[in-house]
Amino acid sequence: MTARTAESPGAPPNFDRQRLLDQYRMMCRIRAFEEAAVGAIADKLVLGAIHPSIGQEAVAVGVCGTLDRADILLSTHRGHGHTMAKGADPVAMMCELFGRAGGCCSGKGGSMHIADFEVGMLGANGVVGANITIAAGAAHAIKLKGEDRVVACLFGDGAINRGPFLEGLNWAQVFGLNVLFVCEDNGFAASTRTQAMTAGPGPAARAESLGIPAAEVDGNDVLAVEAATKELLADVRRGKPRFLVAKTYRLTGHTGVDPAPYRTAEEVAEAWTRDPIARARGLLETAGYAGDDLAAIADSAQREMRAAYDTARAAPWPDSDLAYADVQDVGDPRMVAF
Amino acid sequence: MGRMTYIDAARQTLAEEMRRDPTVWAVGEDLGRGGVFTQYKGLVEEFGPDRISDAPISEAAILGAAVGAAMMGTRPVVEMRFSDFALCAVDELVNQAAKARYMFGGQSRVPMVVREPIGMWRSSAAQHSQSLEAWYAHIPGLVVVTPATPADLRVLLAGAIRCDDPVVFMEHKDLWALEGEVPDGPVDGDPIVELGRARVAREGRDITIVSWSAAVHGAMAAAETLGTEGISAEVIDLRTIWPWDREAVLASVRRTGRLLVVHEAVAAGGFGAEIAATVAETLHGDLRAPVRRLGAPRIPISYAPPLEDRVRVTPEAIVAAARSMVGQPEAADG
Ligand SMILES: Cc1ncc(C[n+]2csc(CCOP(=O)(O)OP(=O)(O)O)c2C)c(N)n1
Repeated sequence: MTARTAESPGAPPNFDRQRLLDQYRMMCRIRAFEEAAVGAIADKLVLGAIHPSIGQEAVAVGVCGTLDRADILLSTHRGHGHTMAKGADPVAMMCELFGRAGGCCSGKGGSMHIADFEVGMLGANGVVGANITIAAGAAHAIKLKGEDRVVACLFGDGAINRGPFLEGLNWAQVFGLNVLFVCEDNGFAASTRTQAMTAGPGPAARAESLGIPAAEVDGNDVLAVEAATKELLADVRRGKPRFLVAKTYRLTGHTGVDPAPYRTAEEVAEAWTRDPIARARGLLETAGYAGDDLAAIADSAQREMRAAYDTARAAPWPDSDLAYADVQDVGDPRMVAF
Repeated sequence: MGRMTYIDAARQTLAEEMRRDPTVWAVGEDLGRGGVFTQYKGLVEEFGPDRISDAPISEAAILGAAVGAAMMGTRPVVEMRFSDFALCAVDELVNQAAKARYMFGGQSRVPMVVREPIGMWRSSAAQHSQSLEAWYAHIPGLVVVTPATPADLRVLLAGAIRCDDPVVFMEHKDLWALEGEVPDGPVDGDPIVELGRARVAREGRDITIVSWSAAVHGAMAAAETLGTEGISAEVIDLRTIWPWDREAVLASVRRTGRLLVVHEAVAAGGFGAEIAATVAETLHGDLRAPVRRLGAPRIPISYAPPLEDRVRVTPEAIVAAARSMVGQPEAADG
């Protein structure tokens, strides 16, 4: 698989323009959401760590936007885009990042534990790789119950060096589970180039060593990600786990406050030329959409997320009694006896 | 009332719960062949390999998969074989199972039972003998169950399976063959309410001995001996250590004025410390003797019997401690 560049976007000749327009809109909304969130860190409104996925929106939209609502998603610490693309409400997500009432986890999770069970999003995870075995288990339950939905599990290229990666993939394969594993390969694990810490040829080879076919795709090309996802999901729905490696790049730091000094300005500038949103926009223009209309979509996304920011800022803190809620039923800390 | 072994109580209860609720399933290594202690023997014939499910030797995946499956509306009963191996899945239990409901703001429940056989079992040595119940009692979100008798195993396992919290269910390996009286018929009523409720195993006036799991039997033997010496010991079997029955312990100590906590686990940082502290904080003025704890020294468990026995809390040691607390001299070999 060779990385395509913006100059050779490689769109299929008869792509669905309306679909790409929707994908472009969602990518703009994810970008705007995260830009607003990063801004809120400087304003001391987002207190905990966030991990922006700026530059990786095509993976979120290409994979998660292809799932049905009934399908299940498990995500990582870098999960805003995945969660939104699965259908979660960005206002509730923003409130969650701000730790305010109205947050999708009632202000108890924050960015790293964002979840929306209503849309099948069973959680981001603060522990790298932990979502992989949970995803296998979710698919296990689906199989036991005889349902036909699928589970998509996204993780970074750093996660493939953790034990649960091997255990979870092996599990899915031996039990024949409906899981699509997606390695979002942005080349970095925090401040380390993942390759420097990864033996052998990498994620796809590891999946294949377990008998799970793997496909690699340009993760900055939303159409390519969607097409690969659709193709793999056809097998996944028949109890054949599949593995997708989406090659991408995170255009900003590991966290919202990381200036990422571990890479050169030239490298980052070059990566910006492969910005997935600009690429989709280029394709749409070639397909006849007016640049102004496309700019208006991006502007409207910005306005929407600034409004989400304002809503979150104005939202009250959660009632502090909530600290005691939802710990457990047996041994509930609200009972005086404990 | 009929008699039943601890292991039969375990097997029969799981089978009944699986018949009662089709979402209950068990998963772990070698379950299809009955489990390492035969506590799953014969179940695959009745329920099939999907519900009595063999797993790869992947403790993290067994537990992580159970978390995902529990979130998706099934009730997995996870077999960890030896509690020592559950340490390969600490993240899955402590960071995932215990916290999912809380950190997702109540959107999810994780109704799963993690069976972790604990305790010394002759010459199993340091990696197959631990009693780590206090670790889990320390983790918000978990329920920790430590049955000492077949009857309790039965009702507590039913309660653990039916409750919506993640439960660490610790059977003692040395008790598998223990026989005891068990009420006839399936577990009735609401066994969930038994989680957190202690049992007065023996009534007494002079001293309260609080214990759980296999150590209860040592405490009972000690109480018997103490009785022949004119010391009336009350033995409380906590049955679950989170939640633990604070009221039962406080009521008893209020009457006897003395508390001795006995457990097999290492004394330092053991759950006995929590009980001792609570009693000291609450009943200071009512105590007739300083609170005492008996547990293992802080050393790993040996292989050779004499070395292994050195860390056991014996009935003799319990008798000696109790005697000294009620003001009678300890025996020379105490
Ligand atoms: C088990 C574990 N170890 C370390 C960390 C700290 N950590 C958070 S993100 C991260 C890098 C993860 O890299 P990767 O999986 O490639 O995902 P990316 O951040 O690139 O999206 C690390 C080391 C963690 N959260 N969990």
